[in-house]
This record gives sequence, structure tokens and C-alpha cells, in this order.
Amino acid sequence: MSTSAGDGTLRARDVAVSFNRPGLLTRTLGRGRAHPVVHALDGVDLTLRHGEMLALVGESGSGKSTLANVLVGRQEPDAGTVDYDGTRLTGHRSVLQRRRIQMVFQDPYSSLNPRMTVRRAIGELLRVHDIVPGPEVGDELIRLMRLVGLDEDALDAYPGQFSGGQRQRLAIARALAVRPDVLVADEPVSALDVSVQATILNLLTELQAELGLSVLLIAHNLAVVRSQCQRVAVMYLGRIVEVADVEEIFDNPRHPYTRALIESIPRMHRSRLRQPAVTGEPPSPIDLPPGCRFAARCPAARDRCLTDDPALRILQADDPHEVACHFAEELQPLPVI
Amino acid sequence: MSANVTDTAVPTLEVRDLRIGIRRGRHDVVLVDDVSFSVAPGERYGVVGESGSGKSMTLRAIAGLLPSGVEVLSGEIAYAGQDLLAMSPRERRALMGPGIAMIFQEPLTALNPTARVGAQIAEGPREHLGLSRRQARRLAVEMMRRTGIPDPERRAQAFPHELSGGMRQRIMIALALSCSPRILLCDEPTTALDVTVADQVLKLLSDLCDDLGAALVFVTHDLAVVAQTCQRIGVMYSGRIIEKGSVTDVFAGPRHPYTLGLIESAPDFDRPDRPLVPIPGTPPNPADLPPGCAFNPRCGFVQDDCRIDRVELASVDAGREAACLHPVGMSR
Amino acid sequence: MTEALVTATAAGLPRRPFRLSRNRSRALRPWYRITPLVTGLTLVTFLVLVAVLAPLIATHDPLTQNLTAILQPPSAEHWLGTDKVGRDVFSRLVFGARIDLRVGFLAVLIPFVVGSLLGAVSGYFGGIIDAVIMRIVDVFFAFPFYVLVIALVYVLGSGERAIYLAIAAVSWVSYCRIVRAEVLVAKNQEYVVAARLGGLSHARIIGGHILRNVIAQAVVYAMSDIVLDILAIVTLGYLGLGIQPPAPDWGGMIIDGQPFITTQWWLATVPGLAVVFTGLALSLTGDGLADLLAPERRK
Repeated sequence: MSTSAGDGTLRARDVAVSFNRPGLLTRTLGRGRAHPVVHALDGVDLTLRHGEMLALVGESGSGKSTLANVLVGRQEPDAGTVDYDGTRLTGHRSVLQRRRIQMVFQDPYSSLNPRMTVRRAIGELLRVHDIVPGPEVGDELIRLMRLVGLDEDALDAYPGQFSGGQRQRLAIARALAVRPDVLVADEPVSALDVSVQATILNLLTELQAELGLSVLLIAHNLAVVRSQCQRVAVMYLGRIVEVADVEEIFDNPRHPYTRALIESIPRMHRSRLRQPAVTGEPPSPIDLPPGCRFAARCPAARDRCLTDDPALRILQADDPHEVACHFAEELQPLPVI
Repeated sequence: MSANVTDTAVPTLEVRDLRIGIRRGRHDVVLVDDVSFSVAPGERYGVVGESGSGKSMTLRAIAGLLPSGVEVLSGEIAYAGQDLLAMSPRERRALMGPGIAMIFQEPLTALNPTARVGAQIAEGPREHLGLSRRQARRLAVEMMRRTGIPDPERRAQAFPHELSGGMRQRIMIALALSCSPRILLCDEPTTALDVTVADQVLKLLSDLCDDLGAALVFVTHDLAVVAQTCQRIGVMYSGRIIEKGSVTDVFAGPRHPYTLGLIESAPDFDRPDRPLVPIPGTPPNPADLPPGCAFNPRCGFVQDDCRIDRVELASVDAGREAACLHPVGMSR
Repeated sequence: MTEALVTATAAGLPRRPFRLSRNRSRALRPWYRITPLVTGLTLVTFLVLVAVLAPLIATHDPLTQNLTAILQPPSAEHWLGTDKVGRDVFSRLVFGARIDLRVGFLAVLIPFVVGSLLGAVSGYFGGIIDAVIMRIVDVFFAFPFYVLVIALVYVLGSGERAIYLAIAAVSWVSYCRIVRAEVLVAKNQEYVVAARLGGLSHARIIGGHILRNVIAQAVVYAMSDIVLDILAIVTLGYLGLGIQPPAPDWGGMIIDGQPFITTQWWLATVPGLAVVFTGLALSLTGDGLADLLAPERRK
């Protein structure tokens, strides 16, 4: 499927995105300094390997959606680069480049055109990109429906006639219609009922295996991530703070924020509430403190953390586990619940 | 633990055969059907179900906040022995605050965007407890401090949109608890919050309810949250309670196939290798229920007699009930 | 214990094919159930039939004058009497329907199309295009409608074509604003983002995806605009700039009948009622359409 010399890897390097930067007038008037700029992403490196399902986890304000938008081409970064399969992707992507990376959105109700039948909406994509010759479009549409577990009747219906879970299947079918290599799923199950989430998650995993897709799964529910993904990247306030293989990150989390996230998950079989894992709230992304962004809430923070912003680094050679913390090696292992 | 309970024998809240729906001449559309449960003073009761199960409607009926067009068709809601439905609106209003309080899922829409938060919290005590403006303001600040809001005197002057989601939820809790209610109704209070913030809020709710001796009715779709917060639970499906019991018993060994299905389909953090087994099909339309047990089209254990008559709640164990003719794990 | 149960539930799992659940279509009532729409359309159809079948319905030639039988009251011969030059009022009314309905619809067509397109482009692209178009729109809005129309008709000369051009030149701005507002909302919907990601061109997105979601408001507005245009023609007629005599149009009939309002009151009143009736028919249709096309975006 990939024609260029590359390994099918999607790589973001040193990506930075800010919102609400002062315009020319504001700066001329000397108001530039006081202008509230939101630094959504600040020097982010992320690698999505061919064929893997990588989870991107973070709470609101972490910048995960912004990063997804940058990868997909919806948002142009203020700094940094995005490469796919060895080719640099700029702000203006060719149609072929756009096809390679597709997105599934969080809200199943606004991600499908309410006034277009499924056949029209997806058929259009097939025709515009010449995915299959004209006479075969009908068959291809049926094939896509089967792929996501829907019946052919679905083709002639309007999105309003489907449930949330079915709409997400349609959204996935639409994304797959153009035969992408990479799928970015931005919280695809957050808006769905619990019992339906499982169907969509299972579907994504099946499709990934069947079609050899690379999937970036953005979620805030760590439980979801653990059962489906191979690697996990944790974000906090515009930075990636830890990256590791899934079991490693849950058995041996090294960044205090990751540990707090894990601790905060409500558990079915642990009936006593203990002290909350972390106090306070994330600082505003406008007014970032110098030094480590998590220092104010970190139970293990020391003086150095307040002045020195830790970079993402590998803990040990031969170990793909990366952490952005000065004292990662020293933390005590998490108590076993 | 129970600070202001007068009579330990009378449950703080008792719902009996509650039916809620839309009247439509011959065929009323029933959204909540014969729901009964009781909450003892200081107890924490969880109501679990997915969207369309009727759990929010039930809560709203207790609070008197049903949307227009939807009404209580029959049944009783007794607060400390008094039937709420038989009261006049004025009497009922007098109870909201010092008796029954509610917190909602989305604080941004539940708080008045044009009033400062301190004033909003102070409103209830002024009205119900007869406090003066200054006293109420002091109480508001104190409540904000207790809910963990830093710098409460200054924050009391803020408007809701100036605060973060977690803060707003704390404000809502402070507001709800300002008159020391005997029972707090919670409609998915942590669903819209980040997981670390939700963690703090849950702990806060638990602690405060313990301090005040208030009972808690917690409506959610998140089983794990209910597992951590509540002592007893009622599982709702298609407008009815289909399983009741203590949280530990129900989650360790669910008796109704739907409850089992819920547990199996939710990712369990502690058991990542367990495959997610979704529940097939979709919840039925309340206007078009299948004959017999409402869950039968989707049930993996369905048998012929499940399709005939409506199945009532029956005792399946000590202190446990399930509305199933062939409860899971029991041979009948 | 749980493992055995898992297999049991999994076994009961057929791969269910999709089934259209009827409750989802709750919001989409069929058009024939919407009372205002049915009533409105019936009335409009009635009017259109009257206009189309005018030669068959009319009792006399609307243009034939008969100076010996002027200002006659309604009779068996002349169902609504005669006007000041002896023409049959009923026939003029019926033929007038032709002219007024035609002018009303046509006068709305160009502004609707041009205004909506410009509004869509303006809203979708934003930036300098939006700024320019909106400032032009603002200029037009600064003038009262009639001032501009009258000025334009005066310049372009009277007659039907001039009326179309004048009205078109002025009323496109309303459609522009309406559609632009809707497009501003629509373009941030995720299905539009998805279309961009899918490599669709701007033209395809605006024309295929966005327009169908935003046109509803413009259509409803167009209904009331038709009535406004009919009234505008009446006003123009009053000022001698309207449809030229002797062609029968309701506006002209009202003006002609005005001096006789105390004596032969029907000369002015009946055409007036015709205008009211048309307005009612179109309003009802507009209401019904609004109901029909009401966004079922959210559950």
C-alpha cells in the first residue's frame, strides 16, 4: 500500500501549537505581553509505528485532541514537523496524503451529514478518489458495511435513523472507504453507552488486525486503553510525559502523573475509597509555571522540579520506556491493590 | 456518624411502585415502571443503568423536576415518612434544601451564569434557615472551604464560567449541602469530569455525606464508580429495577443476565485480558416493549417462559432480588 | 465461575444485522402530517390552478372596456361588478392572479439563488472574502428597501423586467445573511471536517454537504418574501412605477378602486383580500416547511 520508501511510521517531532496569539495590531500597541496565549502543545515528539495501536491518554487541557488534529492535517503546527512514511507532511497536503491518514471523531451525532444517505456520503468518496471503478461502487459499499458489521439496508438510511453505536460504525466505514493506512480515533467511544463501547472497541481491534492499520487511540479512560493497545503515551499540559509498552506502563509507571492517573481510576473490586491520588487542578495552559508543569501537584516534587523542565528521556538502554521526570528512577513502586 | 437523624427506623427515602410517563389517552408511554427502593438514613444507594433506563427520570421525580409532559402516573415517594406527591408545591419547595438536595452532571448549566457563586450558595440558607445576609455569606465561604476550594473568600466573588469544571462541581456540592440536607441526589456528577478530578470529587462527596449524616442516591452508568461509592445498588433496565442488593454481592455474583452483561462489557482495569463481551442488540423503545421480560431479545440465557409474562422482582438470596425467571448461577 | 458464564453469553451472540429502529425516526414526521404545510400547500395549489386556468375560469376578457356599463355592482353577468372603465372585475381578479403570482415567485428566485450562494461562500471561506461581501451587504441594508427599489425602477424604466431587476438587486442581501449565519455553524460540524479530510474540494463541500443543511431557513424566508414582493409591486403601482396598465394586477386594481372605496367598495377590497389570501397560503406553507425541515441534528 505504501509506494514511497518508508516504514509506514507516522512521526511528529517537536510540534508546538499555540492559540490566540496576539495579532499585528495587538503587538504594535505593545499589548503583546499581557495577551493570554494558550500553549496547547509545546515540543511534542510522538511516533506511531506501522501496524500498532498506540494510546494517547490525557485529561482535558493535555493537548491530545490538538495533537490529533495536527497529525491529521486539520491544524497546522506553529513549530515542528510531521512525517509519514518518510515524507514530510506540510500544511498543504495533497489529496493522496490526506487519504492516508483518516480520523474518527468523538461525537457520533455531528460527524455524519444528517441530510445525506450513507450511500451518497460514502459513495461520493469512492467516486471522487476512484477507489473502485464506477460500476463496482455499489458492491464496495456493501463490502464496507459488512466490514463494520452493518447490513446493506443501512446504505439507504439517514444518520438520524441510527443509534450512537451504529453511527460510530458508519464513521469508521467512512474513514476506511478511502483505504487509509493510519486511523486516528479521537475518543471514539466516550459518547456511547458502556455496553456499546465494547462493540466499537472490539471492531477497531479486529479491523486493525485485518487491515494492518496503524491506530492512534485517544482516550481518557485508562481501562479502555489497557485492554486494547500495545503502547501508551501519556500527556499532560501540552507535553508527553511518559511513553511505554502497555503492560510496562501499568506495572511500572515512572512518572508521578501517570501514577496518579492509574490511582484515580475507579475500580470495581476495590470498595474502599482512599485518599485521592492527586490534589488540586492542572494550572491554566495560559500561565505555565517554569520548571516541570506537574510540580505543583506532584507528591514527589523537589526544588529542582520548580526550575528545571525535564525532557522526555529513555530510562535505560534497550528499553523503549521514556519518561519526562528528573527523579523517575527513584520512585517507589506502586502499592499492589 | 448520623448527626441529625430523628428516627432511625423510618427510611429517609422510600419509593414505592413509582410509575412515570407521558399520558396519552389510551396508551400512556411508560418510562419508569413500578420502581421501588428505600434508602436508610446515611446510606449510600446507587442506581445504575444505561441511557434510556429511566434512572435520571426517577431521580428527577423525587426532586420534583420532571420535564414538561412527563408526570408521575402512580406510586408514592416518601421522604422521612411523608408522601411528597401528596404535598402542595409550597410544602414540597420547603423541603428542597434542608431535606432533599440534588447535584447534576453539568455544573455549567446547573449554576446561574449571571450570579456570583458565593451568592448562589448563600441563597438556600437565607431562604430555608432564615440566616441574615452576612451569616449566609459566611456559611457559603465555609462550605466552599469544606469542599476544597482554595482561597474561598475571593472565589466566592467569581462567576461560574470563570471557574474550571472541577471547581464548579465543588460549588454545586457546596450549594447542595449548604442547608445540611438529609438526602443528596446525584445525577452522574462525575461523568463530565476528568478522571483525577472525578476521583477527588467522589472522595469529597463521601466524606461530606459521612460528616453530615446525609444519605446519598447516586445515579450513574459507571459500575466502578458505584462500586467505590455506594453500599447498596439497584440496576435499572428499560424503566424497571431488575436487580437489587449490596454492591459487593451484586458485583461479585450478578444474578440478572443484564447485570452480568454490563459487567462483562465494561473494560475492567484489573483484568485487561478478559475480552470485552458486548450486549447484543439495543434497548427497546418504551412504546414498543417485547412481551414478557423486557431484556429477553438480548439475553444469552433466554428460555421460552421468558417471553410470556412480565417478570417481577423476586428474592434470590438474603437481601438480594432479581427480576429473572432463571437467575444466573442458580438452577431453577 | 465467571469464565463459564462468559462463554454462555458469548454463545448467545448472533452477528445481528442492522435493523432500522423505528423510534429513531421520531423526529422525521412525514410531510403530510404537518397541518400548516398541508393547508398551505392546498391553498397555494388552489391559487396556482386559478392562475393557470384563468382563461377557462374568467367570464370575460379582462381587457375589454365597456364604457356604458361602468362601476356596476355584482350581478349575474358580472360576478364582481365592473370597474371604472367597465372591465369585469372577476376576470381581472383571476388574470391578476397570473401576473402577481408569477412576478412574486420570479422576483424571489434570483435573490434566493444569488444571495444564498454568496452567503455560503462568505461564511465558508471567511477572511477577506467574507469581509468584502459583508460590507457590501451592510451598505444595502443601510437603505430602506423601498427607497432603493423605487430609485432603481425609476432608473431602469418601468415594466416587469425592471421590477425583477430592482427587487433582485435589493433583496439578495437578506438571503446572504441568513445563509451565512447557518454556514458559519455548519462548517464547524465534524462531518464537514471529515469531508475535508476525505479530500473533497471546497466546491463539493459547499454545494453537496453544507448547502442542504443550511437552505431550510432561506426557503422559509423566501415564502414570506414572495408576499413582500407582491406588496412591493402594489406600492410601485401606487407610484405609477408598477405593472403597466391595462394588464390586470391586484395592486393596480386596488389603486384604481381606491377613489371608490365608499361607494363601490368591492373594487379595492376584493383584490386586497386576494393578496391577504395569498399571504396566508404562503405563510402557512412557510411555517409547515420550517417544521418539516427543522433540524433533526440532535437527538
